[in-house]
Amino acid sequence: MSDRAPSPEDTGDSDWLDRATGVGTSVGRALMLPALAVISALIVGAVIIALTDIDTLRVWGDDPGEAFRLTVSGIGDAYRALFIGSLGSWRAITETLFAATPLILAGLAVAIGFQAGLFNIGVNGQMLIGGMAGLWVGFSIDVPAIIHIPLAILAAMAGGAVWGGIAGLLKARTGAHEVITTIMLNFIAIFLVDYLLKSSIFQQPGRNDPISQPAASSAQFPRFLGDYRLHIGFLLALAAVWISWWLLYRTTIGFEFRAVGFSPSGARYGGMNVAWIYVAVMAVCGALAGIAGANQILGLEPYRGISNFAGSVGFDAIALALLGRSHPIGVLFAGLLFGALRAGGREMQGAAGIPIDLVLVLQALIIVMIAAPALVRAIYRIKTPDHELETSISTGWTK
Amino acid sequence: MDEVTAVSITSDVKVTARATPEQRRAVVIGTVLLLLAGVVVWVFGLGVEPGDRSTFNLSLPGARVQDLSWVVNSRWLAYMVAAVVAFLGGWVLRRSHLKWTNLALAIGLGLFALAFLTWAAAGSSFSLVGMLRSTVILSVPVTLGALTGLMCERVAIINIAIEGQLLTAAFVGTIVGSAFGIWAGLVSAMVVGALLGAVLAVLTIRFHIDQIIAGVVINIFALGLTSFLARRVLAAAPDLNSPGRFASIKIPILGDIPVIGSVLFDHNMFVYATFVLVLVLHLGLFYTRWGLRSRSVGEHPKAADTVGIDVYRTRYLNTILGGCIAGFGGAFFTLSQVSRFEENLTAGIGFIGLAAMIFGRWMPLGALGAGLVFGFARAIQQKLGILGTPIPSEFLSMTPYIVTIIVVAGVVGISRPPAADGKPYIKE
Repeated sequence: MSDRAPSPEDTGDSDWLDRATGVGTSVGRALMLPALAVISALIVGAVIIALTDIDTLRVWGDDPGEAFRLTVSGIGDAYRALFIGSLGSWRAITETLFAATPLILAGLAVAIGFQAGLFNIGVNGQMLIGGMAGLWVGFSIDVPAIIHIPLAILAAMAGGAVWGGIAGLLKARTGAHEVITTIMLNFIAIFLVDYLLKSSIFQQPGRNDPISQPAASSAQFPRFLGDYRLHIGFLLALAAVWISWWLLYRTTIGFEFRAVGFSPSGARYGGMNVAWIYVAVMAVCGALAGIAGANQILGLEPYRGISNFAGSVGFDAIALALLGRSHPIGVLFAGLLFGALRAGGREMQGAAGIPIDLVLVLQALIIVMIAAPALVRAIYRIKTPDHELETSISTGWTK
Repeated sequence: MDEVTAVSITSDVKVTARATPEQRRAVVIGTVLLLLAGVVVWVFGLGVEPGDRSTFNLSLPGARVQDLSWVVNSRWLAYMVAAVVAFLGGWVLRRSHLKWTNLALAIGLGLFALAFLTWAAAGSSFSLVGMLRSTVILSVPVTLGALTGLMCERVAIINIAIEGQLLTAAFVGTIVGSAFGIWAGLVSAMVVGALLGAVLAVLTIRFHIDQIIAGVVINIFALGLTSFLARRVLAAAPDLNSPGRFASIKIPILGDIPVIGSVLFDHNMFVYATFVLVLVLHLGLFYTRWGLRSRSVGEHPKAADTVGIDVYRTRYLNTILGGCIAGFGGAFFTLSQVSRFEENLTAGIGFIGLAAMIFGRWMPLGALGAGLVFGFARAIQQKLGILGTPIPSEFLSMTPYIVTIIVVAGVVGISRPPAADGKPYIKE
């Protein structure tokens, strides 16, 4: 993948985010900012851990030296658990990849939207609808796995594409801003799924709560490393990264996506059908999110649909896409990082007693610093290059 | 030959004239009203037994006037509603008074809701006052969220972070309220809301972060931090999680009026303050110097700057004041309703607030109206479970969100945000 080389046709690959982040296209600088952001987030996280350790806070008055030792060891324990849980063993590494799988797929669903100038906050809803479609195929037909799994994935892609396409269609036909419509579609999807889970089609017989029947074993994503939880969903995510890259940088339609992202009016004058491209972009994003949704059911024990099974993946995806600078390869690495935070966060919660919600805080801090390079520069006193004017990527509601 | 050309030109003009957006909208809305009338006849009228009566209780337990109720024949009421709605639909379809299209729609939907309730309560009784009372209470956080949003968007700062502001304020209000009393809790909640408003303002104005990204970040941060602290601190110190509540204050004479008294004038101060705030903001935005300046900053910042208005200062001020309002709304959750904090307590109300802001067309009075409509939807949804109607509550839960999509799609009139909304202003 030599796409990072600045060939003339590729310089536009992440202009949209270049403008947002103010970081140039050189690989070194592109890596420096995320690295500083992650380090800063971990430092702030350490402060939060220290400030919320109630037992140790009481010691400060009596014995500051002991309190300091306890604080440092508390932070040390937490971050050691974070590391051991994410990279400390073969099992930890497979857990990281396992956790990264839906994040990468969902992150691509946001990143492709960003490349086309669309802010897809609707990954959550697209995952839910796609996942339900995949689940329905997963338990309602009886065919060998070799046919069943691809069929379920196709259904999930179709479901997600429809849900994303609605937002695209609304934008194309009426100009309704995709941020508003996708947020609303997220909530509609949550309630729709709750309803479906209690309907006779999906509900597990004999149950009253919203829980579905399990997918047939032929539709469950097979594991390929013995008893580790890692399954073919991860390979699917890798394939999706490659296909997304190919679509964006090697096809006409990808060029059109990026042209619309660069300048919708320019694309229109260039003869492109911008309205249709909005629909297509949202459908592609939705299809990717749909696979992520299927992954949350068909790749996760007990292979059933539950209420809001997408969890926070849809919002993590926004952070991921920003961190990966909307480039598929960047999303892959950002997804691995966040997967490591997830897997390690579970270990941190279990071994060191630090709630996994800290990971959300770390993510928020990472995005803030990625999106506001001026902030990182201010913290680390890095000189602002003159040619990199900081402008916003916002287009407002109406455009 | 000339005559023929002239005729074809006039007919062309007619064709274009017929296609104005208002007229097309009237056709859509008129058709919708006719369809609603049909639904009322078929579902709400023919769906009940001929002799069924619906009883609406008009008094609350403990009210001064007991056993006030209104009994109607369910089927006949549906037929009457259908007749009026069909008439409205036909009238709108004539397209003679385009200005009144939305009023006709509002009346039609109100009557539809009445017919719906009659159908739901057929053969049993239903506490109308209780439901209207919950409507008012449930509208409070939505209205406050919408007011927060419009304070910011009037100066062209998009605030997606209302949800996060509500959640954080609810959390801090709980802790401070438990430790130092509910008034301290209220003040601290407002301060925290204002602080998050300030964070949003600094990130977007000083650091030029995309406003939507900044909002998303604040939401994730708020959810993560409050959940983290709830598990780590509140779990260890449960006495910090019982702040108590603001008591109801019955307004002396007004509170004794039957029906209206218990619906409007027997609440705690959050409800009254919300009504007052709506009025103050309406007067402030449209009749004071501050309001004119705010609106000009939101519509055309460059022009505002040219005449000497400090664009950045106005944006900071309004975003922080908006945060105060959100903080007040957050306090409502833990100091008025449940009196304890739980993870993700606000559960998307901030986003409904955002929707209400759009539905209310960026106007304080509109925000209140939208808040009441969404509050009504939630109140019905709570009551339907008791009545056991065949309509799944999930579909009612969806209503606010579907309505919002319909509104932003421009079907019910063009809802136009401030012209510079979401665009950063960079002083030259």
